[in-house]
Amino acid sequence: MKIRAEVRLKPGHFDPEGDVTAKSLRELGFPVDAVKVGKVYVLDVKVNSKEEALRLTEEMCRKLLANPVKDDYTIEVLNT
Amino acid sequence: MDAGKFRAIVLRTGGTNCDLETKIALEEMGVKTEIVHMNKIESKSLLDYHLIVFPGGFSYGDYVRAGAVWGKRVFTRLREQLEKFIDEGRLMLGICNGFQVLVEAGVLPGDGIGETPLVALATNSSAKYECRWVWLRVENNRTPFTLAMEKGEVLKIPIGHAEGRFLTDEKTLEKLKEGSQIVFKYVLPNGEDANGLYPYNPNGSLYDIAGICNRNGNIMGMMPHPERAFFGWQLPEWGEAPPERGDGRKVFESVIEYLENNIS
Repeated sequence: MKIRAEVRLKPGHFDPEGDVTAKSLRELGFPVDAVKVGKVYVLDVKVNSKEEALRLTEEMCRKLLANPVKDDYTIEVLNT
Repeated sequence: MDAGKFRAIVLRTGGTNCDLETKIALEEMGVKTEIVHMNKIESKSLLDYHLIVFPGGFSYGDYVRAGAVWGKRVFTRLREQLEKFIDEGRLMLGICNGFQVLVEAGVLPGDGIGETPLVALATNSSAKYECRWVWLRVENNRTPFTLAMEKGEVLKIPIGHAEGRFLTDEKTLEKLKEGSQIVFKYVLPNGEDANGLYPYNPNGSLYDIAGICNRNGNIMGMMPHPERAFFGWQLPEWGEAPPERGDGRKVFESVIEYLENNIS
């Protein structure tokens, strides 16, 4: 089953990478106020149910993919 | 000084690049030191050593987050031995990437090995790789890593990292303060608070934090590299009238002093 986990900075946390990207886009003439940069993990997980896939990916985010001090994450199933 | 009876292990994995400098510093102090790759670690017993060092570098290419992959791997694979090592009060030092490893493994600032980290070392505020000399103030000189220093003493030691911005929540920060777990802070050259002022606080760290220890004080992590300020010739002044030694040496001197007083 393919799962998409998106990890990004929590609201209120300064995102230096996003800041630099926004500046660079503005220099190119784009009307960009702000950019937030995150990471997307597309996982191929061996499971039997959607529920199990979501539960395991949640655990993966807690244990490795995100640092709860600064990161939020969202998880979705891409196909079944 | 007979430091020859003390044994240290410097761990390495793909992307580690400060293992040799760290070993040289320890051996210069007389400590018998081995560099051991993660792939060979199972042939060793960690309890044969008085000190474990996680050195600087870019373990596993800094993938996911700097230190995250190595932190989880090493503390999953060697959990039992490391728990015993920590509980016995043996010494563990994380430098730069090694600090990131200890944070991501949940070893700092907690006691024991936590499942999720309580602090983070996030991308520098400048969004740059910061490689420069910084000034540190010793906030706690009662740890095994700072015994040979004075409280309030200012040390000049270099940093080199892209992810060093210390972050945590208010509750954890208060706990760190109460427990005297903040070991080093970035300061102005005259020792006054940097209050976030760049480049003295080079990465935007909360409360100017550069290094912390666990409650017992036997585990310390720091972003600056003491092994890069060990010999006088490593300092920026080396060409004129090179000092005999750098300030980083005091971290290693402290470790020796501690071991001599505590290990028979």
